[in-house]
Amino acid sequence: MIHALTLILACQLAGELVTRLFGLPVPGPVFGMALLFALMLGSGRLAARVTPTGEGILRHLSLLFVPAGVGVVGHLAALGAHGIGLALALVLSTVLALAIGAAVFVGVSKLIGKDASDA
Amino acid sequence: MHDFADIWSYLTETPLIWLTATLIAYLIGDRIAEAADRAPLANPVLIAVVLLAGLLWLTDTSYTQYFEGAQFVHFLLGPATVALAIPLWQQRHAVRQTLLPIMAALVAGSATAVLSALAIGHAMGLTPELMATLAPKSTTAPVALGISERLGGSPTLAAVLVILTGIIGAIVVTPLMNALRIRDWRARGFAVGVAAHGIGTARAFQVNKQAGAFAGIGMALNAMLTALLAPWALAVFDPTG
Repeated sequence: MIHALTLILACQLAGELVTRLFGLPVPGPVFGMALLFALMLGSGRLAARVTPTGEGILRHLSLLFVPAGVGVVGHLAALGAHGIGLALALVLSTVLALAIGAAVFVGVSKLIGKDASDA
Repeated sequence: MHDFADIWSYLTETPLIWLTATLIAYLIGDRIAEAADRAPLANPVLIAVVLLAGLLWLTDTSYTQYFEGAQFVHFLLGPATVALAIPLWQQRHAVRQTLLPIMAALVAGSATAVLSALAIGHAMGLTPELMATLAPKSTTAPVALGISERLGGSPTLAAVLVILTGIIGAIVVTPLMNALRIRDWRARGFAVGVAAHGIGTARAFQVNKQAGAFAGIGMALNAMLTALLAPWALAVFDPTG
């Protein structure tokens, strides 16, 4: 478990270093994710080792949002002043993104499926 | 026998009390969600946030003071983002088999989320700071925090918008997909992972295992794409840029 945790933290640290060093727009942990993915592809042994600990962290992903979410108390004024605009933007864009994302997925799979059956 | 006020003032100076309160609030939220048969509105994060916000108000505690304790939970968002490589790796064969639909739906869903949110925000006259905060709202919290910070938005408000987006996505996904007659679990899961990150993914896992796995892929891939897309999209709507 300590090995896995060290590896995950080391990937995050490497991500922070690389993104800051080269001024990349990508947050450090995202680069760390890509790095860990590459390492897992490279070594099945490493992948098997890191999986239980990583899954343990991901199992309680919702919990990790709570402290930041409580930050809403400091933003009630901004939310009140622009509440309708923000609410509209959040609801409509989420519905649109869901509908378009799923429709494109189905559409492209069908397109490929047809191509495959024609061939 | 010590005065309760003395004990309280001692406790509030250690991280222990608010760290414990955060975990208890989440457990209560999770229990209520379970009792409500995981109805989308009974979201454990939402319940925990409401409970804790009420508790802070009752005890006259500042967010800074609360965060002294809660930061230990908050810190794990970074490692959790790194750990998203795991579902991606586990689903690598499924990803390879459905690479084209995945890539097309990723770009379409991610671009729609960012651009439509900014277009509506722009039309509603949101401030540049709020626009920068809104841009990354469909991606997972640690990523959105990082992006909005780099774009000049507010990281804590970004977290709130991310969570609200996740809750909205988790509530609407099932009725919306049924109304659109989209029955492919891969498509339904992937779309909710892209549009509503971890909260949407958690919801997808409750409905269908395959949908959950594809939601995880969508969330992980969108974390990378939004980081590239958001700065560019924001520049499109920036009146000064």
